[in-house]
Amino acid sequence: MLYVDRIFLHERTGSVALNGLLEKQRSVRRREHAFCTMDHIVDTLPGRGDDTLMPSGRDFIVATRHAAHETGIQLFDIVDADQGIVHVISPELGIALPGLSLICPDSHTCTLGGLGALAWGVGSTEAEHALATSTLRVTRPQTMRVSFAGLLGAGVSAKDLILFTIRELSASGGAGYAIEFAGPAIDALPVEARLTLCNMTTELSAFTGLIAPDQKVLDYCAGRRYAPQGQLWDQAAQHWQSLRSDEGAAFDQEHSFDIGSLKPQLSWGTSPQHCVDWDDAIPHVRDAPDASASAAWQRAQDYMGVTPGSQLSDYALDAAFIGSCTNSRLSDLQLAAAYLVRTGHKVAKGVKALCVPGSGQVKRAAEAEGLDDIFRSAGFEWREPGCSMCFFAGGESFGKGVRVASTTNRNFEGRQGLGVRTHIASPLTVVASACAGHLVADTTA
Amino acid sequence: MTPFTQHRGVALPLLRDNIDTDAIIPSREMRTVSRSGLAAGLFAPWRYLDPDARTLNPEFALNQSEYSGASILLAGNNFGCGSSREHAVWALMESGFRAIIAPSFATIFRNNALRNGLLTVALEQHDLDELVDWITVDPAAHMIQLDLEACSIEFDPERDKKVFSVDPAAQDMLLKGLDEIGLTEQSMDLVVRFEEQDQARRPWVYLPSD
Repeated sequence: MLYVDRIFLHERTGSVALNGLLEKQRSVRRREHAFCTMDHIVDTLPGRGDDTLMPSGRDFIVATRHAAHETGIQLFDIVDADQGIVHVISPELGIALPGLSLICPDSHTCTLGGLGALAWGVGSTEAEHALATSTLRVTRPQTMRVSFAGLLGAGVSAKDLILFTIRELSASGGAGYAIEFAGPAIDALPVEARLTLCNMTTELSAFTGLIAPDQKVLDYCAGRRYAPQGQLWDQAAQHWQSLRSDEGAAFDQEHSFDIGSLKPQLSWGTSPQHCVDWDDAIPHVRDAPDASASAAWQRAQDYMGVTPGSQLSDYALDAAFIGSCTNSRLSDLQLAAAYLVRTGHKVAKGVKALCVPGSGQVKRAAEAEGLDDIFRSAGFEWREPGCSMCFFAGGESFGKGVRVASTTNRNFEGRQGLGVRTHIASPLTVVASACAGHLVADTTA
Repeated sequence: MTPFTQHRGVALPLLRDNIDTDAIIPSREMRTVSRSGLAAGLFAPWRYLDPDARTLNPEFALNQSEYSGASILLAGNNFGCGSSREHAVWALMESGFRAIIAPSFATIFRNNALRNGLLTVALEQHDLDELVDWITVDPAAHMIQLDLEACSIEFDPERDKKVFSVDPAAQDMLLKGLDEIGLTEQSMDLVVRFEEQDQARRPWVYLPSD
């Protein structure tokens, strides 16, 4: 049984957990350790309110607000300056901190491993359990270390690193494991990039992923709203620096990759493991490792409308999406905007392009630097914070057969809408593709 | 939670690997703040030719008469990966499924299943293949019998039962249909004692209560 230090909820699945609690007349045991945001269903269009493009979205928003009020937990409501995507605001506000255990009824909770938190996704019933008892019963995961030697080259990001890792280890390669990411390439990553990397550990079906906290993480956490201060900070910081694997520690599984020559990655299929180097050919079904993979590849290629042997750059793009808990932080937006400034390129004709900042804080910081103007004048829509079109809940979608370059984390069939063809990639690849009008990576940076 | 002891039923094969929870129940099918009203959305992307019009796809096993009333799902590797939505479990149960047999499961899905009394059995691929061979001959007649106490799967009377392993705590919870929250609530003194010690060790974790 593990003690749960922080619980974060959102209106999509948290509403069900809170309602379950209220129906059984249970209370939130430590309401000061539970938080809630509106991110999944709320619209990201300017002037948004409780009404949503998703037909019954309002019910979720109203129910969540009511339940948060009834249970007395802190809600970052639609109009709150700190509202945003749960895994973006959780580090931003110092709710997630190194060494803390944190759960959320959301599979991408592992994002927070980037700070050295033990954070993992659960269902609504488990969230209810944690709310009522401050604990969870957990099967101890096995341990895996994935080490990266070398440093990422120009135009190659943490997103490419994790897509490559999933491609190598497979979509089930992490099942049952807590994964530590380590090595020189990880040490060199800025904190926001570490959040991106850990975010997609769930796509390996791992329990969670994490990175030992270092000075960069301490500097990142200092002064945040819910972070300790003064003497408590000193005590915490000292403890956090001790949170590393022992020299010579044994892991149940170890992998190491030299990523010095890693290229930008692009997905061609309907699982995050269906990735290639951006300029590589889409694989032939006959080269699949087994019969099951071969059937999956065939289905994926039919769904995606791609031909084996062709390159992804052969395919014209209809839309581009920058956002989600994977890639909607300030550094992601800065990177994409810098490409637009450096090249002077605009979004290609006929391409619908969106940029959705991950939080109110990100949005304001981006606007203070003029990034919103850069995106807008290049042809991007500039949205309000939220999960937006990372998934289709019945509201806004791209449309059947539409080909999207997306900084999101899942290219599942129908994830972004019925028949939508999602290619997941880094923010730089998405912005370069939006401007080129076809899938392409930028390696000139 | 409904206890799970034994179950006999029609098994439905859906042998793709990595069946994600977006496929089991797409987000657009989760229309209310509720654990019910989800059955019609189960496998919507595959079950319907047009999910909006609810036009059935006759090729999909769930729509075929020989599998009508199926209550055991036979699936591929890493079943239930992706989103943590417990709605995937609720949709399966509301549609009458009591057990899933697959070579492996995604962790969150498996935990969610356990907490709702849906049995998940991890079975080696070659054993699963034998079950599939048996049921597909005559799905309606060739039922499968699951016994959680004995951890066995009875199928072809000419062949040995398959034996599976299960975590003892999970087995106990399923057999007795325990409410885990109620169970933990009985040990809150342990939690209070932990907090007293932990507060001295990690005082920064404990935020002011107002």
